[in-house]
Amino acid sequence: MPMILLQAEELHIAYGSTDILRDISFQVRTGDYLGIVGPNGSGKSTLIRAMLGLVPATSGAVRLLGQPLAQFSDWQKIGYLPQRLSFANPHFPATVEEIVRLGFIDKHGPKRRIDASEARHLEEILTRMGIIDLRQQLIGHLSGGQQQRALLARALVGRPALLLLDEPTTALDPETREDFYAIVKELNRELGTAIVLITHDTWNIGQYAKRFVYLDKTVIFDGTFAEFCASAEMTSFFGEHSNKTIYHHHGEHC
Amino acid sequence: MPFFEILGYGFIQRALIAGTLIGLLCALLGIFLVLRRFSLIGDGLAHFTFGSVALVLLCGVSATWVTYAAIPLVLIGALGILKLTSSARIHGDTAIGIVSALGIALGVILASLSGGYNVDLFSYLFGNILIISRNDVLLTAALAIVVVAVVALRGRAFFAVAFDEDLARTSGINTGRANIILVLLTALTVVLAMKLVGIMLVSALLILPPVAALQLGRGFLPTLLLAAACGILSVLSGILASFALNLPTGGTIIVASFLLFVVAALVGRWRRG
Repeated sequence: MPMILLQAEELHIAYGSTDILRDISFQVRTGDYLGIVGPNGSGKSTLIRAMLGLVPATSGAVRLLGQPLAQFSDWQKIGYLPQRLSFANPHFPATVEEIVRLGFIDKHGPKRRIDASEARHLEEILTRMGIIDLRQQLIGHLSGGQQQRALLARALVGRPALLLLDEPTTALDPETREDFYAIVKELNRELGTAIVLITHDTWNIGQYAKRFVYLDKTVIFDGTFAEFCASAEMTSFFGEHSNKTIYHHHGEHC
Repeated sequence: MPFFEILGYGFIQRALIAGTLIGLLCALLGIFLVLRRFSLIGDGLAHFTFGSVALVLLCGVSATWVTYAAIPLVLIGALGILKLTSSARIHGDTAIGIVSALGIALGVILASLSGGYNVDLFSYLFGNILIISRNDVLLTAALAIVVVAVVALRGRAFFAVAFDEDLARTSGINTGRANIILVLLTALTVVLAMKLVGIMLVSALLILPPVAALQLGRGFLPTLLLAAACGILSVLSGILASFALNLPTGGTIIVASFLLFVVAALVGRWRRG
């Protein structure tokens, strides 16, 4: 039985009297690839932030790797790629390699020194992400796609068991987006890394994710993409011509 | 007067030693403040220090002890600023603006109650290297040791927080504690720097050398070292130029650091083509 990496139990989040998320319960196990979609304001990003303790839950519980969130400390096992970063200064004095190295974590936070095997792993990740030649470039000087690859490398370098991606392809062109999804799929297939990916890009995530959650302040649907395509929720979300749209994009019906 | 003769004066020696340390402190802390977009916290702390110094002078504390008496007040103010800036209901720069205005307003009222602006208060407002004592130098050296140790041990964590606070939190960093340490060390630095550059100008010393270094630095450690060099160079050249040209020391230090920033910006632009 695959290990439960992430568990939400009756999670409820409210700002004042406004419900943002209510009665959210689901699990993510080793090897899962969970795509979460939903309309704007459906609480997708709040959900992923709540899973990481970045947003306090009004009630309910989150467990990471079996531990309650408040006691969780094994952050090396969790990779996170936020929707947008707070740094905006193109002169932020960090090279790509320095940013990726921040992903080596011990109980005090990012490691001050890495050993020889970690240095080799760093090289492998930079190569795999196709940014080995950019390692000495300032992070702010890269294109949006290159920055996403660097940040994905940061999230992966600690060999996480669970990778949480919050709308990672929003700023990418279609070609780079496909490339990004292919890398994530490969990680899931080859290393068994569990993926939780929030996106508006339903067509792509439908192709790649093994499991599909449709969120609108609460979990409306939880199943496979094929089941979702056959469900009533799909028509309400995408409109009555949704099947034709998917055919147009991917050459196949749901 | 021959240049080396200047160095024979005790007050110049104390100013140069304390100035070197303050240049180092301001640069090491300022780089994180600038990258965290906390630059204005230095300004808020300086203005709060003005109110604190005015209160201490009103209480009749002798000039020798003004710095030490102001420290606890400014540390409390620093925690208040941090609390306000992290409030969801008040934007960070608005919170700092409120505290800055309050600090100045209290300072003006308290100065008026103590008989108006006197020489002591002006010395703290605009700096006066003649009042830097041996104890000030020792206290600044102790703080410099603490700051260098904190940056050496936790600099990577501060750097991660500056890059992205959410990513830092999900790396196991206690970002709240990191922010408190950064702001408290900055508050101590502001108080100790007020005799050198003055309350009104100290925030510039927290901003200009780091910003100059950011024009040229590639990588975190080189930029940190460059900022430290810019901070020390600004202060030393400012002190010596002020003495040679008979200019106010605080203002001359800030003009020196601004000129250094202009040079760095031009070199940076030239390097980028």
